[in-house]
Amino acid sequence: MNAPAYNFAYLDEQTKRMIRRAILKAIAIPGYQVPFASREMPMPYGWGTGGVQVTAAILGLDDVLKVIDQGSDDTTNAISIRKFFAKTAGVATTTSTHDATVIQTRHRIPEAELNANQVLVYQVPIPEPLRFLEPRETETRRMHALAEYGLMHVKLYEDIARFGHIATAYAYPVKVNARYVMDPSPTPKFDNPKMDNCAALQLFGAGREKRIYAIPPYTQVVSLDFEDHPFEPYRFNAPCALCGAENSYLDEIVTDDKGGRMFVCSDTDYCEGRQAAGHHGSLSAAPYKEKAGSHG
Amino acid sequence: MTTIAELPPGFADKVLSAQSTFRSVMDAMARPGSVQRIVPMAGAPAAMMRGAAAIALTLFDHDTPLWLDARMAESAELVKWLKFHTGAPVVQDTSIASFALISDGAALPPLERFALGTNEYPDRSTTLILQVDRLDSGRSFELRGPGIDGVATLQGSIKPFDLFERLRFNEALFPRGIDLVLVADDAVVAIPRTTRVASKGS
Ligand SMILES: [Zn+2]
Repeated sequence: MNAPAYNFAYLDEQTKRMIRRAILKAIAIPGYQVPFASREMPMPYGWGTGGVQVTAAILGLDDVLKVIDQGSDDTTNAISIRKFFAKTAGVATTTSTHDATVIQTRHRIPEAELNANQVLVYQVPIPEPLRFLEPRETETRRMHALAEYGLMHVKLYEDIARFGHIATAYAYPVKVNARYVMDPSPTPKFDNPKMDNCAALQLFGAGREKRIYAIPPYTQVVSLDFEDHPFEPYRFNAPCALCGAENSYLDEIVTDDKGGRMFVCSDTDYCEGRQAAGHHGSLSAAPYKEKAGSHG
Repeated sequence: MTTIAELPPGFADKVLSAQSTFRSVMDAMARPGSVQRIVPMAGAPAAMMRGAAAIALTLFDHDTPLWLDARMAESAELVKWLKFHTGAPVVQDTSIASFALISDGAALPPLERFALGTNEYPDRSTTLILQVDRLDSGRSFELRGPGIDGVATLQGSIKPFDLFERLRFNEALFPRGIDLVLVADDAVVAIPRTTRVASKGS
């Protein structure tokens, strides 16, 4: 084998320094989006190049990396990113939330409680929570500078008026440390409460939009809501068909071409761990692994 | 005159040493008051602690204007070492510095002279790297804020003695402000602008 033609964890050292400085400022100003000079990565933007760059800047030889897409370790995207770092940084990888020191994610926060030795890295497509209200960057930056978030509240309240509940089920905005309104990326709002007072450091990278932001450990994260309409983390009202979990986030799976459906944990590591521990759902014999593999 | 060949070396392994140093600083910044260790794998000029030297090699480059206090600036070896290994331009104007290296805490300039960022870009602020005597014993301080589970206790022998009183201006300035990294040999403690520090027992 030839010597690799790339640096450890792919990025060159100058780029890592720039990203590392941005990460430190992001931690110092919780929820504030730090601009950074995002680099081209050997994968499309939709694959989470922002998260990949953050992971590349923090990863070391002793790390154990887990990558999830939705809640699964076995989608094409998750497997590719895991292989990318196994190859370019030689780090150990895992599907176990418990064993991981760095977890890169798109869409989900693991069900298992994270600990103080872990870093959760989010791949973020649209980091600006005010973008749908205001397309101009200069304006959204001004709104953040002045903590001028009234329009955001009006929009959420309109949702309630129109739909009877807050329709935003994903990327539901939060306020970090009672100051910055932040987009938690495409995670379901079910996961928002896990961001609050979390023992792990949470880092967010948006590649196309060139932003890095952070939630330090043990930081207050509050989902925006109203006195008469408190925040509710939405969940299908069913137990997991495989492990019987009553409090995990569920995916709806079509089981046959006759309209058969079942609900299963989106976090596959959590679900498999529960099944291994002897928990059962109504369909425990279902060929669960085939579902994960069918994504390709 | 010191020649380049006579300068203390930089990191033996640039990539891995920078990574492990960064993780120590990141953990320090994420968990204010916690004492993180920097594995010393770099040479350092005489006027500079090993931890501060490793941080310089990890975070400084030609994009980061650097301010040196008088005691550091008067060491030709130190200035040359920093220039050779990091390329960071040394500036006289505190208000444009990305980093400030301070070895003589008693002569710390007023904090408002450093870059505090703007409300639109609060990240455009100076990170102070202050060498102190000890971070394992001395006066006790209680820290509260993001990154801290309730309250953290820091013990240190730190100059200037009124450092944390001065740092209180961060509270009113937020999101602007000064982030502080304390170094004692290979020990590192960070006090980001969100941390509130009180003398214990006061
Ligand atoms: Zn399950």
